[in-house]
Amino acid sequence: MNQIWISVLIIGGMGLLFGLLLGIASKIFAVETDERIPQITEILPGANCGGCGFAGCNAYATAVVEGGAAPNLCPVGGNTAALKIAGILGVEAQEVEPKVARVLCNGNPERAVAKYLFDGAKDCHSVARLGGGDKMCSYGCLGFGSCMTVCPADAISIDTGVAVIDPEKCGGCGACVQECPKNVIQIFPAKSKYFVTCNSNDKGKQTRQNCQVGCIGCGICVKNCPKEAISMENNLAVIDAEKCVNCGICAKKCPQHAINTIDGLGVHFVIPPKEA
Amino acid sequence: MIRDLLIISIGAILINNFVLVQFLGICPFLGVSKKVETAAGMGMAVIFVMLCASALTWVVQKYLLEPFHIEYLQTIAFILVIAVLVQLVEMFLQKSVPSLYNSLGVYLPLITTNCAVLGVAIQNITKFGFSEMSFLKSLTYGTSAAIGFTLAIVLFAGVRERLEGADIPSFLKGMPIVLITAALLSIAFLGFSGLSFQ
Repeated sequence: MNQIWISVLIIGGMGLLFGLLLGIASKIFAVETDERIPQITEILPGANCGGCGFAGCNAYATAVVEGGAAPNLCPVGGNTAALKIAGILGVEAQEVEPKVARVLCNGNPERAVAKYLFDGAKDCHSVARLGGGDKMCSYGCLGFGSCMTVCPADAISIDTGVAVIDPEKCGGCGACVQECPKNVIQIFPAKSKYFVTCNSNDKGKQTRQNCQVGCIGCGICVKNCPKEAISMENNLAVIDAEKCVNCGICAKKCPQHAINTIDGLGVHFVIPPKEA
Repeated sequence: MIRDLLIISIGAILINNFVLVQFLGICPFLGVSKKVETAAGMGMAVIFVMLCASALTWVVQKYLLEPFHIEYLQTIAFILVIAVLVQLVEMFLQKSVPSLYNSLGVYLPLITTNCAVLGVAIQNITKFGFSEMSFLKSLTYGTSAAIGFTLAIVLFAGVRERLEGADIPSFLKGMPIVLITAALLSIAFLGFSGLSFQ
């Protein structure tokens, strides 16, 4: 019995002594850290996606408090996070413009012509190194899902052979944009619902040969847009999200079915093409 | 006396180098050896912790564990001592050398679980027999072991800095070439095992 008490007392005594020592030391070596930094880190989503432009959530929180970074840079936390951060800092919050990533391609294997049969590692980078990909169109989504593996929000699926990003889950961090070897993913303001589901800068004839649903640069959407929000750049229609009012006329007029909307279920054709 | 201490320290630094011959403390050895400066900083932190740890654990063993015959609590008691020391070093570095604190990152608190530190404390007692091991000898052994660690990690960081610019085959890039380098360094240190003090 004595043995037990002795060992308990000695180890406990050592613990107590060291604890006191550390307590005193922590007073001597106290570092002044701003208590707002852990508070802000708490609010941030903790995905460390880097969408704000800083190394991670903690780095952003430090930058907000010490470097005067704007409180509305977190695309994932959105308005709620911005409001709370602004509340902690005691400044006016500015609205965050929600952003989403979109895959500018709708050419799944049934619609886009294949160049060769790829039988290697299921990774976009491997395919992209072999002649720019296994599709005749050198701009399109390869559909091997490299973006899917880096998405912190689990918003990307590739069920149809083309990556589809769920705009309701996507926080617009841009991790997929960095990952995609074909640069077919871009960040857009979430308020514009219609977008061009094609990334091809080929001439119209070439695009039509390569894919049933590619933008051929005919300019019909440009002529029909009531707000002059669409312009033609390198044989590809580009919608200016600031001017777009989501009327959908361009999508209805597009002969190639290349302007579409998207929701959690996938890309919706405004007018479905006849599948060959 | 001096001759004994010299033998102990050369033995701990070169012949039985903690990292490269006994394979203790590999985690920080691979983790913080990207740059020579951080490696040296880590080495200094380890020297401090090992010096204090061998002094304190010797006292604990001599005046607490042995008289009360509770040597079986050795591991717990020593880990307690080491953890406190590491906490102290961490606080000190955060206050005085924040840049080093940031570059050491998680490896600093990990000194607590660095087997080299516990290894020194335990070997102080078991290796030569505790009655043989005076306070001065265990201090020498602890410090030399830490100097050996520092030597190994700084040498290795120097090699790794060179590796940055080297044209390495892609299948060896990253950790593989680092491990191969560590193995070569370890083989080089095996050469010291021929040293003898007759």
